Amino acid sequence: MSTLLDIQDLKIHFHTRDGVVKAVDGVSLKVEQGEIAGIVGESGSGKSVTAYSLLGLIPMPPGKIEGGRALFQGTDLLRLSEREINQFRGRKISMIFQDPMTSLNPYLRVSTQLTEPLAIHERLHGKPALHRAIEALEQVGIENAEKRIHSYPHEFSGGMRQRVMIAMALITKPDLLIADEPTTALDVTVQKQVLDVIRNLQKETGTAVIFITHDLAVVHEMCDSVNVLYAGRLIESAPTAELFHKPLHAYTRGLYKSNPGTHRKGEDLYSIPGLPPDLSRLPAGCSFRARNTLGDASLCLTDRQPELIEIQAGHFVQNCPGCLARHEAAVVS
Amino acid sequence: MENSTTIQAANEPAEAGRSLWGDAWIRLRHNRAAMGGCAILAIIVLLCFIIPFFPFLPDPAAQSLPNKNAGPSMSHWMGTDHLGRDLFSRILHGGRISILVGLITTLVSLTIGVSVGAIAGYAGGRVDALLMRTVDVLYSLPFLVIVILFSALAKGYTNDFTEWVVSLTGINQDAIAPFTSLIPLFIAIGALSWLNISRIVRASVQDIASREFVEAARSLGLSHGRILFRHIVPNAIGPIVVYATLTIPSVMLFEATLSFLGMGVQPPYSSWGILIKDGADRMLSNSALLVFPSIFFILTLLSLNFLGDGLRDALDPKSAKS
Amino acid sequence: MLELKNIRKTFRKGKESVYAVNDVSLNIQAGEILGLVGESGCGKSTLSRIIMQLLLPDSGSVHLNGTNLSALPLSAIRHHRLDFQMVFQDPYASLNPRLTIFSTLGEALQQRHPQLKGDELRQRVGTLLEMVGLSSRLMQRYPHEFSGGQRQRIAIARALAPEPRIIIADEPVSALDVSIQSQILNLLRHLQKDLGLTMLFISHDLSVVRYLADRIVVMYRGKIVESGDAEEVFDHPKEAYTRQLLAAVPKLPSVVGPV
Repeated sequence: MSTLLDIQDLKIHFHTRDGVVKAVDGVSLKVEQGEIAGIVGESGSGKSVTAYSLLGLIPMPPGKIEGGRALFQGTDLLRLSEREINQFRGRKISMIFQDPMTSLNPYLRVSTQLTEPLAIHERLHGKPALHRAIEALEQVGIENAEKRIHSYPHEFSGGMRQRVMIAMALITKPDLLIADEPTTALDVTVQKQVLDVIRNLQKETGTAVIFITHDLAVVHEMCDSVNVLYAGRLIESAPTAELFHKPLHAYTRGLYKSNPGTHRKGEDLYSIPGLPPDLSRLPAGCSFRARNTLGDASLCLTDRQPELIEIQAGHFVQNCPGCLARHEAAVVS
Repeated sequence: MENSTTIQAANEPAEAGRSLWGDAWIRLRHNRAAMGGCAILAIIVLLCFIIPFFPFLPDPAAQSLPNKNAGPSMSHWMGTDHLGRDLFSRILHGGRISILVGLITTLVSLTIGVSVGAIAGYAGGRVDALLMRTVDVLYSLPFLVIVILFSALAKGYTNDFTEWVVSLTGINQDAIAPFTSLIPLFIAIGALSWLNISRIVRASVQDIASREFVEAARSLGLSHGRILFRHIVPNAIGPIVVYATLTIPSVMLFEATLSFLGMGVQPPYSSWGILIKDGADRMLSNSALLVFPSIFFILTLLSLNFLGDGLRDALDPKSAKS
Repeated sequence: MLELKNIRKTFRKGKESVYAVNDVSLNIQAGEILGLVGESGCGKSTLSRIIMQLLLPDSGSVHLNGTNLSALPLSAIRHHRLDFQMVFQDPYASLNPRLTIFSTLGEALQQRHPQLKGDELRQRVGTLLEMVGLSSRLMQRYPHEFSGGQRQRIAIARALAPEPRIIIADEPVSALDVSIQSQILNLLRHLQKDLGLTMLFISHDLSVVRYLADRIVVMYRGKIVESGDAEEVFDHPKEAYTRQLLAAVPKLPSVVGPV
């Protein structure tokens, strides 16, 4: 396995009236060829901004890439002009979004929307393009694709629409698919079907996937590796099995612990107190200090940002003694 | 990107009471463009309504043919027109009428338009269909003809009204005649120019009525009136304010058209609309007759727009930090 | 306490009419949390609006403490709406952006106690805010000054204000971040215990329902397909649909070491 995408020390800040919002503040992560890499975090953690920057989708201004690189097959995506990045968008890197209804044009037939990327990137038109489109719909498990391809988006249900989106994203056989909360708006049974489609296609085509979600359980079922983001920084990163076997950072542990599924009935849910910090007024030290109850907040760094260290082969974590510590009560339980 | 608002509760003192309008005023005061507009409007209104009472201002109707088309001078600050009348005086006197026409007709049209649009949008169903078909029918009628018909019919009543006011207050008939003779015009324009605003309000109300806070209000058992006018209409205030600031100048100009047809202000009285129209006719011989009234009109229009934008922002609690 | 008998409701969709709720009967005991599980389009939202008296059923009846609400005239129903309060899914849409928190909560209080005014009203609003874990100092703020989780607390306070008999929580945590979800769930559970609330908890998230509900009703295509004790339904689902639903839930492994 070789590295497909190497993000190094990415910094994206938004310059607003209220000050500089450090949406992404020094994130480094790698996506290997053909793997599903998960990015987990809450809203405001920087997970979507990180992904959007790869396709040049950050509005600038107010956004500004302050530093870092995103090497994709040797090319730094952050330094490309609008014209150059268009060579990657939809061809080598595709994206699917949370709400398929807003990302499909309601006035165009699915056939038109599916063949469009082929026309743009492969100059494939007419019958052959339509055949590829039908094939793509069949791949994502849409029955009677030959007929249904001529329908409009509103004639599909939510789950089916997301399948159409996936077919559209994968039709050019990209090397990387970015999936931004693709199942958050779907019902559980539909979510399962869509997740299965993504995983099966990923296995078949060898496309690497960046899977963005806030749901740890989905990450566990889908991803080969997990990156946990908090307040614009990478907190912990490890292969999935390793991370769930031995979560180290207090935030990762907190996320796991606050899941109702891990609690007995009537028992108080563990919850991470408070709110994520204001990204325009980040503390100088560990940004999780104020909410750290599973570690030892008194040991958290206050003077500098904790550095990411490789604590074990492949397992990276922010080296903050307070967040790595285990609260005694927690150890006993 | 969501920017979470952190609220440090512990070390903040309790806050004083706030209301939408009180807050809006505070925010408006911090908006320089809006306050500038406000100041210019205030100056224009003061000029128009106070200066004419001072004796140094020439009579706007006094003609002096030897003096016609004179340039600005000490005695005629903005020169004179083709009949030798003082232009500055005519602008200020005309401004009174224009401002009154603009404000009153806009108020009438807002009251009707917002009520009809809000009720149609909120009630839906048959009420909506009935009201909106009425609007469609009114749209299809020739606006000008209706206004002319209406004010012709109302003329008799207006004279009675003028006499009644005179007998009641003892004011000189000549002083109020230019205003009372406009009443049918106010009502006619106001009563017909609400059509657009009603459609705009209806669309916003439909959108807002489907939001969950309205359902929450319903589940509290609030009356329909309270839901509509406390929860829904304030959320539609943006387009209403913007539309109102656009309506005032357009009504001012429309008055000139009607006056030209003999329905509105009659000579020797005047208004900005009439002055601009006359000025445009004589643009080549004396451009001052077009330029000076236009400056007043354009300043008013711009200030209204700045004030309108400022008001819309000020009335939206989200638009500014407080 | 609350009893639904043979509720049916159809909606016209083009030419045909579709059953949104088809012959649903259920009851909620005082002081219990009933979990209503189902996927979008199963009729759970329609059902909750029928309970709220915001929609009238085509047939069937809603009984509250023995009173048949469906037989009451419309004017009386409006008064009974206070007995049912709702917490909505989206805390960004469920609070009027142009009203301060004080106005929103004050209005809700005054619906039950019209005589409340001035300092007394302010005090009651403050008590409500503190009940849901917010500082009473914040009552003069507008909704946009709060985060999603805080807004949901305010929405809960508004639902509590008119002292309802039943609270219907319609997906109250599914729009919130994970770490905030657990805060709100704890709050709901504590309020339910302390105030003896009766609650209908609607969710598609089975792990949440399992954790919170005493009994569970599973709805599918407008019908109730399974109901029973929460643990029982989860551990020994009888119906194929329930089993399918449970199988679809992504699972967290148990962490080996201490968390």
